[in-house]
Amino acid sequence: MTSTLTTEPAAGDLSRRRPRRTPSAAPQGRRSAGSRIAYVYILPFFLVFAAFSVYPWLDTAWISLHNVRLSTYDQREWVGLANYKDLLTNHFFWNAFRNTLTIGVISAVPQLAIALGIAHLLNHKLRGRTFFRVAILMPYATSLAAATVIFLELYSPQYGLINWFLDLAHLPKVDWQNSKWPAQFAIASIVMWRWTGYNALIFLAGLQAVDQELYAAASVDGAGKWGQFRHITLPGLRPTIIFAIVVSTIGSAQLFGEPLLYHGGLPDGGSAGQYQTLGLLMYQQGWANDRLGLASATAWSMFVIILAAVLVNLVISRRRERKAG
Amino acid sequence: MRLNNTRRRAMASVAALVTAGTLALTGCGSDNSDSNSAAPAADAGPCGTKDNVTLNVGLFGTFGFKEAGLWDKYHQVCPNITIKENDVEQSGDYWTKLKTRLASGSGLDDVQGLEIGFIGDVVKNHADQFVNFNEVPNAAADKAEFYPWKWDMASTSDGAKTVGLGTDIGPESICFRKDLFEKAGLPTDDATLAKEFATWDGVIELGKKYEASATKPADSHFIDSVNSIFNGAVYQGTEAYDNSSNEPDVANSDGVKSAWALATKAADAKISAGLPQWQDAWNKGFASGSFAALSCPTWMMGYITSQAGDAGKGKWAVAPVTPGGSANWGGSWLGVPKASKNQAAAIALVEWLSTKENQVTMWTNGGHWPSNQAAAEDPTVGAATSDYFGPGQNIGKIYGEIAKNITIPPTGQFDTQIQTAVNAQLTNVETKGTNPDDAFKSALDAIKQITG
Repeated sequence: MTSTLTTEPAAGDLSRRRPRRTPSAAPQGRRSAGSRIAYVYILPFFLVFAAFSVYPWLDTAWISLHNVRLSTYDQREWVGLANYKDLLTNHFFWNAFRNTLTIGVISAVPQLAIALGIAHLLNHKLRGRTFFRVAILMPYATSLAAATVIFLELYSPQYGLINWFLDLAHLPKVDWQNSKWPAQFAIASIVMWRWTGYNALIFLAGLQAVDQELYAAASVDGAGKWGQFRHITLPGLRPTIIFAIVVSTIGSAQLFGEPLLYHGGLPDGGSAGQYQTLGLLMYQQGWANDRLGLASATAWSMFVIILAAVLVNLVISRRRERKAG
Repeated sequence: MRLNNTRRRAMASVAALVTAGTLALTGCGSDNSDSNSAAPAADAGPCGTKDNVTLNVGLFGTFGFKEAGLWDKYHQVCPNITIKENDVEQSGDYWTKLKTRLASGSGLDDVQGLEIGFIGDVVKNHADQFVNFNEVPNAAADKAEFYPWKWDMASTSDGAKTVGLGTDIGPESICFRKDLFEKAGLPTDDATLAKEFATWDGVIELGKKYEASATKPADSHFIDSVNSIFNGAVYQGTEAYDNSSNEPDVANSDGVKSAWALATKAADAKISAGLPQWQDAWNKGFASGSFAALSCPTWMMGYITSQAGDAGKGKWAVAPVTPGGSANWGGSWLGVPKASKNQAAAIALVEWLSTKENQVTMWTNGGHWPSNQAAAEDPTVGAATSDYFGPGQNIGKIYGEIAKNITIPPTGQFDTQIQTAVNAQLTNVETKGTNPDDAFKSALDAIKQITG
């Protein structure tokens, strides 16, 4: 995707960067001179940020108020909020919105739960621990296109391995392509496969920061593995979990490559749009249908939706934190 | 967009097919018939310039000029011209790039490939940015070379501006599995098939016979998908997706109406494997025999060869007629942007490539069917036979007859996207049993998103 249409990476970058706070370079004594140098150090980032995030972000907003096609880019017609009105009264948008939500839920929730379990296991002493730790990251390192093509083979309604097994077990074959829920499940499974290991590693890093003496103390007090998990691991991991949820939410909202490749590169999200997502709809509007104004309106709507989702996440977790604290 | 991309991929396979020698083209030899039609202005010489010039040629997929040896040949004709080919693999990506460059007016090559999928847009929105081939010194001779409809597709509706000269076209027939037809007890001789395949209704009847056969393979269906029927029939009316004033008007088009009726009738008769084109399962179907027939422009033969492999050799054949009358699928042009600093040299190259002699070479050395009428009627082209199809079938003669009679309704700037949207709905009808009327409404809904 070109930079003009993607406002989301800006949001993604920000929230991804936030947890990794860079330690302040300024020594206490020479504060004013030091902070001036610090500004020089961070300047390149902000220049790049301004050129590739802020400018496209504002330009996208401007384009979204026009009727414009790439082929006739210089003939922009001012339409005000008509693109947004078109979008909000348009069932393609709401279909994509619902699909993004459902695929997001059926991929992110199991993904994070499984990742937590895997991290918990890998935190124990077991033989070949390093091997497993590297192995769970392999899917993340695999190219998305390659992975989706393999999954496409597995889920192929006619020749796929999964339907072949179903057939062997005398179960009815499933149309993983054209039926809505099976197709959404199939796409969610690609997402899960790819990101579970990554999240497990994040959780593992969080786990290792939890004071081991607490576990020793807990077992002296007679807490079992489950008790330890609930009362030590989970509270200790809370910031990490919030981070993982925020990142997964943003990732789910931007889901694009999997549904595109799952229909062999067609940007319609299945013959009835059964797995069309917001990211893919934006791409279809912009690059297949050549309607940049409408695509920009979708981009901005997505930005607002993601922002809202992240805020809801944060508010909920803050409230729980306060309750817990 | 999709159709173009994959069509271009298919073109690559055609080149592979011919170089692999599976399409044996007999009767070659003396095609040094001089074409005097494209001699550029005498003062600058036949190469458009006497200076040393590098021409940038922007193409997508495989046009096959280099593979057919034409760049080398041109360097012998015009030693002062060096050709630099800038390739983009997918025509969709190429078109996005070209649009960006046309909008900004910079970065354009000296020669730009133009495909049937976006020629309508170029003619409508960018005709002023390309050299008008009605005003070049050899305009009259250039125009006389081509099938009139091929020339018209690259021209504004008043005929005043023409943005490029044709390269290839895609005369369309049906390719079928001879062995599966025989197993099902269907006729396979040309004389009978010429009758049975004459109309789409005849094809559907043949399909019913195939499905009813007790001796056909259990998992095999007659046609790949009803889209094969729709896409073939939609351009056989007086209008396809655009009306006569070149505005998209799908709901009132006679071509769409009759093609939709035929396709949904075929879906109802359950003669289709329900495999949409270019998808993975469709590709596999060539070898596994999931379907016995499909729509087959010339370049599709190469695609079949690459998908079905050596095991399919001799099992396939080409129907002697196009159901419902001759039709075309695919084809390209070469245009010269006015922004080019080497316009005269670029025009000379484009004219040279469209000569009879060179278009014959493009068929014999690459499997690209000529858009130059004289080339298409050349005995060398007509004599082509194939070991893969038939075997021994006179491919050149069959496609020559079809090419001669092609008629084309107005082509619109959204045809490719509209067809993709309609095909998706037909897939719903044939695989999910969606009510055809509801599906048509959904298609119109999706089309409104495209046309805006």
